[in-house]
Amino acid sequence: MDYFLELCLGGLTRGSIYALIALGYTMVYGIIQLINFAHGEIYMIAAFIALIVSAILTINGFTGVSILIIAAVIAILYAAAYGYTLERVAYRPLRNAPRLSPLISAIGMSLFLQNYVLLAQTPDFLPFPELLPEFEFMDPVAHLIGSAELVILVVTTVTMLGLTFLIRSTRLGKAMRATQQDMTMARLVGINVDRVISLTFVLGSVLAAIGGVLVGSYMGQINFFIGFMAGVKAFTAAVLGGIGSIPGAVLGGVVLGLTEALAAGYISSAYEDVFAFGVLILILVLRPNGLLGRTVRTKV
Amino acid sequence: MRLVGRSLLVGLWFMFLTLPLLAVRVNTITETVEWRWLNLVWVGLGTFILSLALALWRQRSESQPQRDDGEGDITPRWRERLFHDQTVYRPLLIMALLATLLLPWLVDIYQINILVLALIFVVLGLGLNIIVGLAGLLDLGYIAFFAVGAYTYALLNINLDLGFWAALPLGGLAGAFFGLLIGFPVLRLRGDYLAIVTLGFGSIVKIVIENEDELFYGAMGIADIPRPGLLGLDLSLDQSTLYTYYLVVALALLAIFVTNRLKDSRLGRAWIALREDEIAAVAMGIDMAKCKLSAYAFGAFWAGLVGVLFAARNTFIHPNSFTFAESALVLSMVVLGGMGSIVGVTLAALILVLLPEYLQGLAEYRMLVFGGVMVAMMVFRPHGLISPSRRRYTRPQAQGEEG
Repeated sequence: MDYFLELCLGGLTRGSIYALIALGYTMVYGIIQLINFAHGEIYMIAAFIALIVSAILTINGFTGVSILIIAAVIAILYAAAYGYTLERVAYRPLRNAPRLSPLISAIGMSLFLQNYVLLAQTPDFLPFPELLPEFEFMDPVAHLIGSAELVILVVTTVTMLGLTFLIRSTRLGKAMRATQQDMTMARLVGINVDRVISLTFVLGSVLAAIGGVLVGSYMGQINFFIGFMAGVKAFTAAVLGGIGSIPGAVLGGVVLGLTEALAAGYISSAYEDVFAFGVLILILVLRPNGLLGRTVRTKV
Repeated sequence: MRLVGRSLLVGLWFMFLTLPLLAVRVNTITETVEWRWLNLVWVGLGTFILSLALALWRQRSESQPQRDDGEGDITPRWRERLFHDQTVYRPLLIMALLATLLLPWLVDIYQINILVLALIFVVLGLGLNIIVGLAGLLDLGYIAFFAVGAYTYALLNINLDLGFWAALPLGGLAGAFFGLLIGFPVLRLRGDYLAIVTLGFGSIVKIVIENEDELFYGAMGIADIPRPGLLGLDLSLDQSTLYTYYLVVALALLAIFVTNRLKDSRLGRAWIALREDEIAAVAMGIDMAKCKLSAYAFGAFWAGLVGVLFAARNTFIHPNSFTFAESALVLSMVVLGGMGSIVGVTLAALILVLLPEYLQGLAEYRMLVFGGVMVAMMVFRPHGLISPSRRRYTRPQAQGEEG
């Protein structure tokens, strides 16, 4: 029973990270119907920047939580800048192009960013410093869940609640929802659609960056390729839940994380990816719009 | 002057963006930081010049709309002559064919081997061109079918002692079978969902091969696969390479011929119609399920076929030859060549394989450049190097080309 619980908590942790990244996919998809393939790379770049900043800080004598906070803030700012630039360079010129074009542009951008980090930094795994704090009060349940996992769960939950608040109750959230429903109409009522789209990318990148910093210090090592797999998994989670739906992304992430953790624990860890994709294909066959997605009727 | 200012800002912005990754390298073990400011200067300068050139080019094309129209008129005419005038393209084709046939006598064995690889990718590109270019179904796991072909030959050879020629059609059929297998569940999915499912399928195939040690020899790979045989003759390594070269040339020609005929067939036109507008095509009575499945089957068939040849050429196969990077490579051939254009895809495949081989210094930057070119291509020339030309049907009384 303990083993099962441990697997579930591990799966939940993993799933909450997937959900965090999946939110970026789903928000962008909801607004411009584009799979932002380079989203995972933003997450990877944020992890790298956090690593570099924290190394510089450590060498210069900083200690403890201050490193975590400074590194995370800089990583988030840079991720936002990368997300904004990405949209300006690779997607905005293609706003009115056929649907396959931005998708291919996104794949190109993903390859570009991966190899940019590979060439600028290193092809090898880099050890990531342990930035997350250790709590003593966690000791009694340490065999089930570690401090790092608790921090991840708390941070992701708070972030998601914050996002929900932002989308439900702020001017920006209202503008985003309007743009999602009908871009032309949103423009007619005076919403700066280009700015809303830019901000959506920035917001998604911030979420990805939080995920990157958390995963980096949870896993203990990063390389240029982590973004690809995390991106694919997060996108799978978004599709699972029904792409474009924000609660769907969270649900999809959790389902995916649990599936993987249980498959790895009871069958074989080599096959966890196979199970992840297997579940995806199964759900898409049964419910082509995902778990919480709405059926979109196409009118001619 | 305003343009220069803007470009300066762009340069500074990119210098800021690349600051932590390009200019700093930390060594966490020795706890040292290496600063590489020069890199940053190059990035700033490069993006400044690029942005300025772009702005100037845009300004020029905006200020001279008439001249642009005139040019737009001439280019298709020139292209039309190249592709539709038999007196122009026939001699060109014959010359290209002669060059391909004579080439192995002029270069050494190493070069022939590279040419074989390039031609294998030409066939792969043409196969994917059916799925992505003609039918408009984005496939990010195409290399899986290639792996299926290669492993079909290797396993049949080990377990049943089957030769190359017996395995060749079987490899193609196995590819087509897997094409149908992935085709069925994704029939109802729209383009974006399709992309992720095919990507997942590609990963599943690779992971399964990698981990099933008993069936597929796992991460060890399979070695000592026999080269293609010729009537039971004993060929030396040189002769065998030469023979493989002519085989792959024949296969590439067959692929070009078949896809070219397929493109103008009833099925091919149905694919194009589906690609352009699914709802309209279905309303016109096109059987969507049949068309999509056949696109997958035809495309995967070529990958399987050429996979057998790949295994025979290398005599060693390993799951790492079939990763997403290879799928992306084949996809960029199709995109760069111009989706649906056979000449374009062939040229792009040759360029993308041969260029990095001969510019070894560039090999490191290969994927970086691919990625950048894919983006630039979509932004500036969305139809590829050679955009596919639609066949034009002339009225019967206008003598000349047959319809």
